[in-house]
Amino acid sequence: MSSTEPVVKQVQIGGLVVLKLIKHCEEDSGGPELVQGVLLGLVVGETLEITNCFPFPRTTENSDFDEVQYNEYQMDMMRSLRHVNIDHLHVGWYQSSNHGNFVNRAFLDSQFLYQSSIEESVVLIYDPLKTAQGCLSLKAYRLTPKMMSMYDSKHFTLETIKAEGLSFNDMYEEVPINIKNSPLSNMLLLKLKKENPVPEKVEYLNLSHSSSLERQLRLMMSSVDELTQESGKFVQYQRSAAKQHQSKLLYQQKRTVENAARAQRGEPPLPEEDFNKILRPIQQPARIDALLAAGQVSAYCDKVSSFSTQSLGRIFMAQAMDNKD
Amino acid sequence: MADGRKVKVHPVVLFSIIDSYERRKEDAKRVIGSLLGTVDANSVTITNSFCVPHTESEDEVAFDMEFARNMFDLHRRVNPREVIVGWYATGQDITEHSVLIHEYYSRESKSPVHLVVDTDLKDTEIGFKGFLSATVGVPGKTQGMMFTPVPVVVEYYNAERVGIDRIRNRTQSRGNLISLPTEFENVLDMTKTLQTMLEGVSDHVNNVLAGSAPVDQKIGRYLMDLVCTVPHMEEDEFDDMLNSNINDLLMMRYLGNVVKSQVALNEKLINTSTIQTT
Repeated sequence: MSSTEPVVKQVQIGGLVVLKLIKHCEEDSGGPELVQGVLLGLVVGETLEITNCFPFPRTTENSDFDEVQYNEYQMDMMRSLRHVNIDHLHVGWYQSSNHGNFVNRAFLDSQFLYQSSIEESVVLIYDPLKTAQGCLSLKAYRLTPKMMSMYDSKHFTLETIKAEGLSFNDMYEEVPINIKNSPLSNMLLLKLKKENPVPEKVEYLNLSHSSSLERQLRLMMSSVDELTQESGKFVQYQRSAAKQHQSKLLYQQKRTVENAARAQRGEPPLPEEDFNKILRPIQQPARIDALLAAGQVSAYCDKVSSFSTQSLGRIFMAQAMDNKD
Repeated sequence: MADGRKVKVHPVVLFSIIDSYERRKEDAKRVIGSLLGTVDANSVTITNSFCVPHTESEDEVAFDMEFARNMFDLHRRVNPREVIVGWYATGQDITEHSVLIHEYYSRESKSPVHLVVDTDLKDTEIGFKGFLSATVGVPGKTQGMMFTPVPVVVEYYNAERVGIDRIRNRTQSRGNLISLPTEFENVLDMTKTLQTMLEGVSDHVNNVLAGSAPVDQKIGRYLMDLVCTVPHMEEDEFDDMLNSNINDLLMMRYLGNVVKSQVALNEKLINTSTIQTT
């Protein structure tokens, strides 16, 4: 039923949404918690237009924000926004991330929920640390149809993964983003630029990168650890399944020998016992976590290589300037 | 109502004001809304805003206070530090209705700031002015309200500055879509800006030497500071530093690639294994 053609080929974001995102992440980054919010807009052909957004209040240990309150807040907000003529269609959600650490179960869950109810929804991942270093880091993702159908079935065993042909690269796909401003906003931007032509505090061409690199490496190490753990679990399972299989064969052999002996002596054969009652078959561990860990590791690796490209560019430039004199 | 108060505005506020102006009802000539932010000892920082539906005619103005309170509550839940610091209106002048609305806001906040955003483009650009109110008149008799102008300054978070620079349309054509560049293109962009800035400075210096531009001592001092900030290092030291940095980065890239291929291999191995369960 799912078409092979992507439903959404492009995402168009209004400048206002970008600024609101930045402001929310900036103001709410009290701790390492993520900030989340809802995207509003409409679908025009193959482009998803995002025209507005609003943030979710952060859940702390004190406040008990549960499902009901979240929905209430959402409903209230959307009703009020409708009064002032803002698009009130849900088209996705956004989340902040540190150096790309968003590939986890919660992300899958939420995106799956969104995508199953609204087919065109996307998730915007914004990286505040990277943006502060000078490059606006905003990416839009959707789950691939393969991932959707596998998640639907809720069976994460090896067989289902093989059947779908899913690899850690195919879990989600990136959708290109374009930014569009209305003419009035463009005028405002020109005026702002006139007032403040030179960015004072932002270091676009900063040469120091070691702290950021260290952080990224550390994150990569922890996700590689996770991946090895999952692989270890799987290998253990393999071994115990093989052992179990062996003992089952042995048991069956003993049974047939026993039955033959009894038949010889003229006694009734032993009843067929269900082997499964004696030794329960071992459950295969869900492969979804391993898949996620692999996806996370590869996301980190990509980030590291793009970061190093950027830094290498800056360093070579500094070198060129030095060689001149 | 102290004098010498400054009003700092974040660009996101101006953008949402423009957005609500663009989405106004057919017959409304201007939009009105609340401003949220924080109050300091000598300045007011406006960080958020929302539009409030209102109707205006020659004689009266109707303002949905319930809506305003509701929205403020919702916003409060996300950021408890923001309070109502004033209100905004698009358009040009301050009308009599503004006085009434300002009175309402004086009840919500101590000395509300009134921001007027000029969307009619009187001066061929969007202007924004801030006003504080002061009572005029003889005490004891009927008092009126006067709006005194207050300087408004645009303030940025670091990330906001990056965002603003990115969403600005570099070309002249209207309705152009701006795509987000890769990191490398970003560095290229920044180098070009740096180059233009350096060219501007060197042109100015040449002009001053040739006598065609007036000598300005302040600029001279800035230039002196600029030249002094270039660190003085030995050639070898500089080379060493660069090389070690380059080595670090190359090692990181290599590591990233190795890990990636390892993960792919791992997956291949596991996926082609078979488990007998019969």
